[in-house]
Amino acid sequence: MNLTLHVWRQRNARERGRFVTYAAADISPDISFLEMLDVVNEALIAKGDDPIAFDHDCREGICGTCGMMIDGQAHGPRRATTACQLHMRTFRDGDEITIEPWRADAFPVVKDLVVDRAAFDRIVAAGGFITARTGSAPDGNAIPVPKTAADLAMDAAACIGCGACVAACPNASAMLFTAAKVSHLGLLPQGQPERHSRVRGMVAQMDAEGFGTCTNHFECEAACPKSISVRFIARMNRDYLVATLAGRGEPASAEGGTG
Amino acid sequence: MQLRSNVPEGPIEKKWEKHRFEMKLVNPANKRKHTIIVVGSGLAGASTAASLAELGYNVKCFCYQDSPRRAHSIAAQGGINAAKNYQNDGDSVFRLFYDTVKGGDYRSREGNVYRLAELSLAIIDQCVAQGVPFAREYGGLLANRSFGGAQVSRTFYARGQTGQQLLLGAYQALERQIGLGKVAMFSRHEMLDLVLVDGKARGIVTRDMVTGEIESHVGDAVVLGTGGYGNVFYLATYAKGANATAIWRAHKKGAAFANPCFTQIHPTCIPVTGEHQSKLTLMSESLRNDGRIWVPKRPKDPRPPNQIPEEDRDYYLERQYPSFGNLVPRDVASRAAKRVADEGRGVGPGGFGVYLDFADAIKRLGAPVIGEKYGNLFEMYERITAENPYQVPMRIYPAIHYTMGGLWVDYDLMSTIPGLHVIGEANFSDHGANRLGASALMQGLADGYFVMPYTMGHYLGSNKVDTVGTDHPAFKEAEAGVAERVRKLLGIGGQRSVDSFHRELGKIMWEYCGMARNENGLKTALEKIPALRERFWREAKVPGENEELNQSLEKAGRVADFLELGELICLDALERRESCGGHFREEFQTPDGEAKRDDEHFSHVAAWEYAGEGRRPIRHVEPLSFEYVHPSQRSYK
Repeated sequence: MNLTLHVWRQRNARERGRFVTYAAADISPDISFLEMLDVVNEALIAKGDDPIAFDHDCREGICGTCGMMIDGQAHGPRRATTACQLHMRTFRDGDEITIEPWRADAFPVVKDLVVDRAAFDRIVAAGGFITARTGSAPDGNAIPVPKTAADLAMDAAACIGCGACVAACPNASAMLFTAAKVSHLGLLPQGQPERHSRVRGMVAQMDAEGFGTCTNHFECEAACPKSISVRFIARMNRDYLVATLAGRGEPASAEGGTG
Repeated sequence: MQLRSNVPEGPIEKKWEKHRFEMKLVNPANKRKHTIIVVGSGLAGASTAASLAELGYNVKCFCYQDSPRRAHSIAAQGGINAAKNYQNDGDSVFRLFYDTVKGGDYRSREGNVYRLAELSLAIIDQCVAQGVPFAREYGGLLANRSFGGAQVSRTFYARGQTGQQLLLGAYQALERQIGLGKVAMFSRHEMLDLVLVDGKARGIVTRDMVTGEIESHVGDAVVLGTGGYGNVFYLATYAKGANATAIWRAHKKGAAFANPCFTQIHPTCIPVTGEHQSKLTLMSESLRNDGRIWVPKRPKDPRPPNQIPEEDRDYYLERQYPSFGNLVPRDVASRAAKRVADEGRGVGPGGFGVYLDFADAIKRLGAPVIGEKYGNLFEMYERITAENPYQVPMRIYPAIHYTMGGLWVDYDLMSTIPGLHVIGEANFSDHGANRLGASALMQGLADGYFVMPYTMGHYLGSNKVDTVGTDHPAFKEAEAGVAERVRKLLGIGGQRSVDSFHRELGKIMWEYCGMARNENGLKTALEKIPALRERFWREAKVPGENEELNQSLEKAGRVADFLELGELICLDALERRESCGGHFREEFQTPDGEAKRDDEHFSHVAAWEYAGEGRRPIRHVEPLSFEYVHPSQRSYK
């Protein structure tokens, strides 16, 4: 198939970007979207042009490295699918495709389609963990966890940290990402001691990074390649409210990392 | 070069305990005076960095990805073994040890493997405490499954995302230490050289992949947890960025490279579809618990699978290995697939595929049960191939998946360079010539959580290191070398893309050093690889500059190293004149086509010493002795 691509090109964080149009010729419908970009890049290199920079690594939908707006949709038109798992058979011969980086103040562009998502790491450092010093753990079966709680925690823990939720949100909110981690850990008995300090620390960091707030558009859930439910946001909001009330008079953060 | 394994004396079940007592300690107040450099942030690297920081050391941790959470440990699907015997089915530390030594075809070190089996217990406890959402039974206890040819249920799992969940556990522990200021994290940094001062590993030179800045980092010791080198084959189940540069640079600075030819080919990957394919995707081998593998009896049978009646199908694993059936170890299953494809009975485009059929399991258990077990894998398969495995059998074929070889390490996980420790897939120590399923995660975490924190203290406690700065001549020299190499790569000025060279190297490796190897083929490869390398340095085209995010430059450096490492792999395969585990030399096989070991001549680790540019590397030998698990021909019949 033959396609026309409109790709966002930006040399670095300081320079202005612009759309550049490329032809993608003789594309097999069985290759992935990123493999299609590989083909385009090979042609650019052969012509002596700078290839399009895009982030990717595992190419099997689990590492969360890849991500781009494809025709205005985070990771493209297919539901529950990362860009690396999107195959060209989803498109039709002759299609024009617009490709942009994630757009959010908290995710500055590094180059072309590559953005800096370090803000997510800082949110985790602010409380997204259970303190369990190596070597101090009791036997794994000493703490039974109801299967329903473990399964729900796993649903939340499936987040790959790709940033599609932020990119899809009109407010560039990181609520789904943050709520997924707050819920994963807060649903488990091991996560109870730090439940309040965790949600306070993570939410404070999320706000400090410049992410917007949630106004219930639910675009995040629709864009999430792992179909993480917005119900976790409601859960986080409840936790946050309780933590704020309970937290009066407590130390702001005992050992809550940067938070 | 001396290869002293330093495995402690005494009965095997007491070795680690005895060693832990005998190792030197670093006073708590002195720990903060030491800086440790950890390269790589996968299961091994992240768990080491977090655990060392918890102890009070200052840690600098490096990864090439944009976040430590993305290391390729994240893609491991199936599970992690531990000898918990929660199922009361006869498992024990000794049985896990025994299975691992046997599974590795008697080419691993007994002492290391026993310790691995012993530490497996603590890993599960540690991960549960961190909140890893392992699968549970309705009573709330941990669930287990049997995996990858084990006859007991000792595998713990988190749906099909076990590696992801274990890595996130380690990543969260690491982020906590970053938040507390004990770990300085350097993402999008690539290690391009190792620096030695007075013969000891004292630091690294990195390139900031965003700005191109070449920087030195000093430490009292260096730990490499940079993963395996399977991308030398180009098409592999590895992440695209996975590379051998860190271990290869260390090798060239004096670290012996052990058993490079021990590469693992995983039997259940989605087959290659075309020229533009950039990687292969693994389908968890847990699928073999319920799927049946078959090919048509007749070569080039044109009928679609559902129209081939039972009597025209060959369930070749069940036929050849009645007691293990579809669950034979990876090397055995992979070779069997190659045999039927070579007979012209392979399926799918190109004929490099076999069926993995769930029709019987769906009939027996119902589609919902199969969906609950494998739903996410079925979806992933459908996304890639546009075929629905509930209706038509999956097509699978072996692909490069793991490397058992790696930098040589002693019992303390220290390489032949004092102060340079190597952990996880980057070292060679525990899997011999073949790794069993669900044991890579176990090894990465055992090394990181429970070995390095002790042996690092021992190294620092028994070696005094002088204070040096990045202005030391050794650092200046390494920086200049790195800068020169970058300049050279950017200045090749040819016409061919780096990827095209990588692909060509991969084809040579797969053809001559893949599932089956022979003397003539290996000798051919040993002529082709240096010639390709020479062409690379003349004809490659690396666009752009150093002072920017330059993905072509990153690739070029990695491929240049693969072009050297590939040669060593073939040389090692040539010199190991026996078949064992994943290393199958066609000249050495039993009458029924199984691997034939030669314990008299090859019951050893081959560790290669770099001898300089253009010189043949030197092969050293560490003899292996088996006191507890007596070598026999592996039989899964």
